[in-house]
Amino acid sequence: MSLRECRRKFVNAFMFALTAFSALATVSVLFVILGYLVYHGGKNINWSFLTKLPTPVGEPGGGMANAIVGSAKLLFLALLVGVPVGVSTGIYLAEFGGKTMGFFIRYTTDLLNGVPSIVIGIFAYTVIVLPMRHFSTLAGSFALGVMMIPITVRSTEQFLRAVPNPLREGAMALGASKWRTILTVVVPAAGSGIISGVMLALARVAGETAPLLFTAFSNRYWSSGWNDPVASLPVMIYTYAIGPYADWHEQAWAAGLVLLALVFVVNVGTRLVLARKVSVSR
Amino acid sequence: MSSVSPMRSVNGMDSADKQSNQAARSPQKFSLPPDRAAYPGQTLRFKISELRVSFGAKEVLHGFDIDISSNIVTAVIGPSGCGKSTFLRSLNRMTETVRHARVHGDILLDDENIAGMDVVRLRRRVGMVFQRPNPFPKSIFENVAYGLRINGHKDSLSEAVERSLRRAALWEEVKDQLHSSAYALSGGQQQRLCIARALAVDPEVLLLDEPCSALDPVTTAKIEELLFQLKASCTIVIVTHNMQQAARASDFTAFLLEGRLIEYQPTPKLFTTPSDPRTEAYITGRFG
Repeated sequence: MSLRECRRKFVNAFMFALTAFSALATVSVLFVILGYLVYHGGKNINWSFLTKLPTPVGEPGGGMANAIVGSAKLLFLALLVGVPVGVSTGIYLAEFGGKTMGFFIRYTTDLLNGVPSIVIGIFAYTVIVLPMRHFSTLAGSFALGVMMIPITVRSTEQFLRAVPNPLREGAMALGASKWRTILTVVVPAAGSGIISGVMLALARVAGETAPLLFTAFSNRYWSSGWNDPVASLPVMIYTYAIGPYADWHEQAWAAGLVLLALVFVVNVGTRLVLARKVSVSR
Repeated sequence: MSSVSPMRSVNGMDSADKQSNQAARSPQKFSLPPDRAAYPGQTLRFKISELRVSFGAKEVLHGFDIDISSNIVTAVIGPSGCGKSTFLRSLNRMTETVRHARVHGDILLDDENIAGMDVVRLRRRVGMVFQRPNPFPKSIFENVAYGLRINGHKDSLSEAVERSLRRAALWEEVKDQLHSSAYALSGGQQQRLCIARALAVDPEVLLLDEPCSALDPVTTAKIEELLFQLKASCTIVIVTHNMQQAARASDFTAFLLEGRLIEYQPTPKLFTTPSDPRTEAYITGRFG
């Protein structure tokens, strides 16, 4: 075997090992994080954590029921803000957007996706919190909703573009208007894709802390309605994890696990409901 | 253009005049050939004159006249890219869905210019079936009911659906699974479903754009049989790549080449004694 051949074989093997190792590292990071979270969080989750309010400092026990409900409220309202705008923009891009306009909107959307979440927080603070003169669920949801828009737009556009053109022609040849075609044929055909894009966006913002710090703020008690400061799991995790008390740290882990479970349940639940609906109506 | 349609005129002289007129104007323009007298009882459905279609700077159809009679099957043949699909799609204004498409000339459907018609009404009267089966991601029932629903029908949908499926010779195969996905059907069944979907709104004309190109011979035979039955109630225009299909299933055949109408004759005549050498070259397989 010549030296050249030897070297070539070595480089080949080395490069393979390098890429395989990187892949392994990526996977293991995820599993280590998950394992650590489940281990620490699992230890500290109990019924009172899920159902009770936080206790005053120094008093043992208590839970984060208000933050769990608060996160759910924030995400629900964020969906109402982000999905209509995001999906409509995606429809516009896929079905109507011309070259120049399409490029402009796509580019802007990508820029919005790159805006740091804390900047979006400041924006929500300026346009909602300052005029209203108090923190609120509304302001927090607005910030999260804005953050959902770019991902929703791009995934909606992609899935709509994947719908074969003959489907559109089939509907229009029956006399359906363009709008009718989009609403009754194109969007349903891309439905499950659009929903998974929305779920991705939801999972992305569910863990956002920065934009909530000065929009939804936090709350040690129940927050009624949409107009008061509200506790949320990410902000509670942040507060508790940097706090000086050992039981706060434990509870922060538990909150992390609950947050993950919340996203997971919503995600899987949607898929199940969708799968059933599709098999019936298709 | 004379205002009297030669198709409906009882005066033989009239139509002969028209023929010679057209021949004088351009050798490449054809209306119905004189032999149409062999097909009595038909009326003129489409009267098309000076049809020109261009996409952007590229002109695809270069202007020709053609008349299409009711209750027969008219086949349009020609090599790829000759404009036969474009011709078909201009008949229900589907060309409009393409950007930069421009259609010139007059297309009269029962003496009414389709350019001025409400497009929904036009497409309801002129149904279309595409090259590849394109059922909607809905149930079989909803696929057929789609055209009725968008036209605002709410009552007696199921009778209409059954009637259309029967007309498309699909009812017996799907009657027990009306509410399962249309995607569960085979390719040939899907194509018949698309025909049923087009028939549901009771169109006067059915346009078929190479409906069998994605299907096997047995299924193709079924669809041809179906066309034969449908022409009692419909005018059928079928674009096909397959000359045997045109010969088997059609009454009149138009041969297009490079955006021009080369020959338009009763099918047996076109395939046995074509009058243009280019037609002969094409049907004997020398090009295309």
